[in-house]
Amino acid sequence: MNETWILMGATSSMARALARAVAERGDALLLAGRDMDDLNRLAADCRTRGAATASAVSFDARKPEGFQSLVTLAEKSHGVLNAAVFVGSMPEQTAIDADPSLIDGTIIDNFSGPARFLQMLAPILEARGSGTIVGVGSVAGDRGRVGNYVYGAAKAGFHTYLSGLRNRLTRAGGHVVTVKPGFVDTGMTWGIEGMFLVAPPEKVAKDILKAVAKQRNVIYTPFFWRFIMLIIRSIPERIFKKMSI
Amino acid sequence: MRWKTVNSTGWGRALRATSQMARPERLSALTALMSESPAPAFGNCRSYGDACLNDGGKAIDMTRLDRFLGFDPATGVLEVEAGLTIGEIARTMAPRGWLPAVMPGTGFATVGGAIAMDVHGKNHHAHGSFGQHIKSLTLLTGGKPKKLTPDGATARLFRATVGGLGQTGVIVSAELQLLRCKGDVVMVTEQRAANFDELIGLLDATDATYSVGWVDATARGEALGRGILEEAETGAGLVPAPKPSKSVPFNAPGFALSPSIVRVFNFAYFRRVPAHGRTVVKPISEFFFPLDRIHDWNRLYGKNGFYQFQCVVPIDQAEALRDTLARISASGLASPLAVLKRMGPGRAGYMSFPMEGYTLAVDFRANTAAARLIRTLEELTATAGGRIYLAKDALASAELVRAMYPEYDDWAAEVAKADPRRAMVTDLVRRLGLRGKV
Repeated sequence: MNETWILMGATSSMARALARAVAERGDALLLAGRDMDDLNRLAADCRTRGAATASAVSFDARKPEGFQSLVTLAEKSHGVLNAAVFVGSMPEQTAIDADPSLIDGTIIDNFSGPARFLQMLAPILEARGSGTIVGVGSVAGDRGRVGNYVYGAAKAGFHTYLSGLRNRLTRAGGHVVTVKPGFVDTGMTWGIEGMFLVAPPEKVAKDILKAVAKQRNVIYTPFFWRFIMLIIRSIPERIFKKMSI
Repeated sequence: MRWKTVNSTGWGRALRATSQMARPERLSALTALMSESPAPAFGNCRSYGDACLNDGGKAIDMTRLDRFLGFDPATGVLEVEAGLTIGEIARTMAPRGWLPAVMPGTGFATVGGAIAMDVHGKNHHAHGSFGQHIKSLTLLTGGKPKKLTPDGATARLFRATVGGLGQTGVIVSAELQLLRCKGDVVMVTEQRAANFDELIGLLDATDATYSVGWVDATARGEALGRGILEEAETGAGLVPAPKPSKSVPFNAPGFALSPSIVRVFNFAYFRRVPAHGRTVVKPISEFFFPLDRIHDWNRLYGKNGFYQFQCVVPIDQAEALRDTLARISASGLASPLAVLKRMGPGRAGYMSFPMEGYTLAVDFRANTAAARLIRTLEELTATAGGRIYLAKDALASAELVRAMYPEYDDWAAEVAKADPRRAMVTDLVRRLGLRGKV
C-alpha cells in the first residue's frame, strides 16, 4: 500500500531529495511551501519519477490562517500519512543583533509555525493509528553558540516539542523522528566560510528514510555529528562561554 | 545569491581556474541572477579542457536545476531542466522502455552540457547528434526566457545554441525526443581486429545500432591499429544489478601509466576477447558509461592531469588516420583509453563537431612531449579536412580551429546578437579568440 507524504518547506534541497526518493517508491506527495512555481516543477519531477500523485500546496509557516486547507487535504488521503518539516530560516546573527525583531520570525519559521501545524495534524495520525512525523532540527539546537544562538534556540525549542509529540503519538501507534543534520550542501550553506564535512542532501534523505523504517527517535546525519555534538555538549559551561566555535 | 570562490578544473585536470560561483536551487533564483549578474553556465564539468572554466570571472553552477518537467509516454517526449544528467534520465526511463536518443560516454554529463557541445554517442552513425533530438529548448539571456525550436523564426539562434559552447545564454530546459529501447540491458558482441584495415573494415560493415572500436594505441608495425569492435543492441532480460561504484582516492604516481605498463595492459585487454569473438549481456549503464563506475578516474593520470585528443576526418581520409595512429604509437605516450568510431553526417549546430567520417579519441598524460605531439596531430587533422572536438580541446590555436568550422561566421553573428555584453565568455572561447579579441 502506498503511503502519503506531506513535505513542508518542499522547495528546500533536502526536501527535494526526500520527495524524489519516496516518489520512486510510488508514494503520493503533497508538496507544501511558498514558491508555487518551483513547487509545481517539483511536482512534475515527482510524477515523472513514479509518484502515485504529486501536487503543490501553498503553505507559509508565518500564515497559520492557511494551515486548515492543508489539513483538509491530509484528511482526504488514504492509508499511512507521513509528514516531514523542512521549513526554517537562518538570518545572520549580526543581522539579528542589529534588528532584534528578526527573532520573532526566526522562532516562527523554525519552531512555532511548524509546531502549530503539526498540532493540527496529530489527531489524524492518532485516528489512523499509524504514520510518522519527521522534524528537521539542527545540530545548532544542541548548544547555544555566539555565532547563531537565536537560530539554535528556535531549533532547540523544536527538538523539545518533537520529543513531546513523540511521547504523545507513540501511544496511538504513530511515530516522530527528530533529524539533526550537520552541514548539508544546500542553498543555505553555499559559499559560507568554515564549512567542513558537508553532506549532499541525498545522503540526508537516505538517512531519514532509514530512520523512519527503523522507527529511530533522534538521528544525526551524517552519523558522525552525534560524536561531534557529544564532545561539544560535554564541554563545561565555564570553558564553553569563552570559546568561539 | 551568495557567491562561492571555487577552484575548478576541466575533466582532464590540466587546465585550472578560480571563479566566483553561484548555484541557484530554483528557476526564479537563476532568472534573478541572470538579470543582475549574467555569467556562463556550467554543468558537471565533464568537458576535458577549459570549456567549463572562467578564470577570474563569475560562473553559474546548474547542477541543482535538475528536475524532470514532464513525460508523454505516447510520444516519448521528455521535458527536463538543463542540470539533469544523462545517466539519471537513462536510469529513470530505461525500465519504461525509453532512453535518451544520444548518450555520451559519461552519464554525469548534464543535458545543458550535452546541448552546448552537441555531443554524440555510440549510435551516431544511425541516430546523429544529441541536438537532432531536441524538440525545443528554453534559453535565458538577460531578460525573459525564450523558447527556441529547430525550425521557424528561432532556427538561427537554435543552431547557434546547440553546440554553441554556452555563448548564446543559459540553457534552462529542453524537450527531448527519447528513443524506444527494448529493456534496460544491452547485448554486446565483441570481436578482435588484427590491425587498422581490419578495424576500419569492421566499422564500415557494422549495421548494429550501437558500435565503437577500442584501439590499442601502443601497437606498431603489422599490428598498428589493432583493436576490438563492440556492437550492441538494447534488450530485455535479467542481469545482475550494476556493481557499486568505486572511487580513486588520490592522484596516482607517475609510473602508473608508463609506456611499458600501458603496453602490457593493452595486450591483456586485447586478449580478453577470444579470437572467435563473444557476446555478453550488460546493464545499460555499464555499456554506455563504463568509466562512471570509478569516480574521479581522472586522478589515475596523476596531479598534472591529462589531455584527450579527439579528431574526426572525412571518410576518404582513412589514410590520414592511419598516419595519426602511427605517430601516436611511435611516440609511446598513449594511455589505454583510445577509441575509434565511424560517424554519420548528423549535426545540429553551426559549431557542432560531427562530420561523416572516422573519429579517434586518445588520452595522454599531460606533459610537454604530449602537448607537442597533439599539436602535430591537430595539423594532420586540419590537412585531412577534419576537425577537433572543442569539448576535449585544451591546446589548439585560434586559426586552426576557425578553419575547421566552416559555419563559424554564422555562429559568431548570432552570438554577438544574443550576448552583446560578452557575459558568457569562457576560458575556451577566450583562448581560441572565438568572440574576437577581448
